[in-house]
Amino acid sequence: MSTATAPILRIENIHKSFGETRVLTGISLTVQPQEVVVLVGPSGSGKSTLLRCINLLSPPDSGRIWLEEQEITAPGVNPDKVRQRIGMVFQDFNLFNHLTALGNVMIGLTKVRKMSKKEAHDLAMFELERVGLVDRAHHYPAQLSGGQKQRVAIARALGMDPHMMLFDEPTSALDPELTGEVLEVMQQLAREGMTMIVVSHEMGFARQVASRVVFMEGGVVVEEGTPTQMFEQPVHERTRVFLRKIADMDSGGR
Amino acid sequence: MEAFVQLLNNVLPSLLQGVGVTLQIAAVSLLLGMAIGLPVGVGRVYGPRWLQRALAAYITLFQGTPLLIQLFLVYYGLPDLGLTLGRMEAAFLTLGLNSGAYQAEYLRGALQSVGEGQMTAARAIGMSKWLAVRSIILPQALRLVLPAWSNEAIAMLKYTAVVFLIAVPDLMGQAKILSSRYFAPIPIYMIVAVFYIVLVGATYLLLRQLERKLHIPGLTGETH
Repeated sequence: MSTATAPILRIENIHKSFGETRVLTGISLTVQPQEVVVLVGPSGSGKSTLLRCINLLSPPDSGRIWLEEQEITAPGVNPDKVRQRIGMVFQDFNLFNHLTALGNVMIGLTKVRKMSKKEAHDLAMFELERVGLVDRAHHYPAQLSGGQKQRVAIARALGMDPHMMLFDEPTSALDPELTGEVLEVMQQLAREGMTMIVVSHEMGFARQVASRVVFMEGGVVVEEGTPTQMFEQPVHERTRVFLRKIADMDSGGR
Repeated sequence: MEAFVQLLNNVLPSLLQGVGVTLQIAAVSLLLGMAIGLPVGVGRVYGPRWLQRALAAYITLFQGTPLLIQLFLVYYGLPDLGLTLGRMEAAFLTLGLNSGAYQAEYLRGALQSVGEGQMTAARAIGMSKWLAVRSIILPQALRLVLPAWSNEAIAMLKYTAVVFLIAVPDLMGQAKILSSRYFAPIPIYMIVAVFYIVLVGATYLLLRQLERKLHIPGLTGETH
């Protein structure tokens, strides 16, 4: 195998259980810089858990993870430092409720990146502009729509200058008419070359933006390939059945 | 009526002195209670298991026994252990420890109601657990705890009345002295009751003002 580009992320044989429940049972995955990987699979297949393992919010029980050649599962690695390099966006936004949109983006800049107020303010406004929300800068989360909240959450993650981004079902909690504005921002990010791992059942997004679609079930990767391969000639029966089910849901207009 | 006005004139100076003492005890005890309750509440939720247990024991001790017994043990009992406190110091310490237990429990409830997602999001941008508690969780929890804390402040104003039993000349203590001096307990206790109501009412209005000032849409309830 050529080593022309080093992978930005390499996951090797990860296991994760919660009590008796074995959620991840030997996951391996390699992501190249600027790749957009869309993770699909039935609920409970371990997609969200995998994302939380990657940024060490819930560290794997066994297995190893390398981020830009550094093994982040090695003992002595400071997980706070690792998380600064990996942005994360959640299904239910998790904006800080006591801060305005601007405050949400600024707080990581001042408290974690130790910027001055002025620097942080300017960068935060720049990030809000990237997601098209400068005019909402002084609104509190409760005063924003779901789509706006998620765009603020993306701006907050971008402010930390992450080397890659994880999206955990970013549009699942949104009304259908609000998903578009979030997907557009994500598409823009992908065009700018951001490495992304996206858990999502937005098949339109996967077709247009994904470099690779990964199908997970029962805590392992069943199959992966380009969107065309995966949607048109999947190797595994289970992949085919699952993707068809989702496609039907999509065209059903929900 | 004339007799009542005459009585009022006679007792007013002493009662006002009593108000000063009552306010002083309430304020110092509340602040001491806050200084204790804040770390205890945070430790109850985010501390290691052994610390949570130790703090729970402190809270149970002070919530589970009568305030009066606590006061007597501090004032009459501690000298046996070589720690003799003045009346005021004993009042501050007892009420402060007692209020600290209650304030810690109120804060614990508020901390827990902030929601797991806030902590997760804070950790996800690289904050340490304690930085997240300081800059994300506490600012929300302290706003959420304010209504309960207002009740504690009001309750404290009235609880201070027990200190007359160790001969502190607070509002209640003055009432006791004056009612025997003038042989008019009923009118004097009525006057004192009015004093307490005014103090409580003023405290209530002041704290509502503070709640309004710190209100954040969607986080704290509607203020009227």
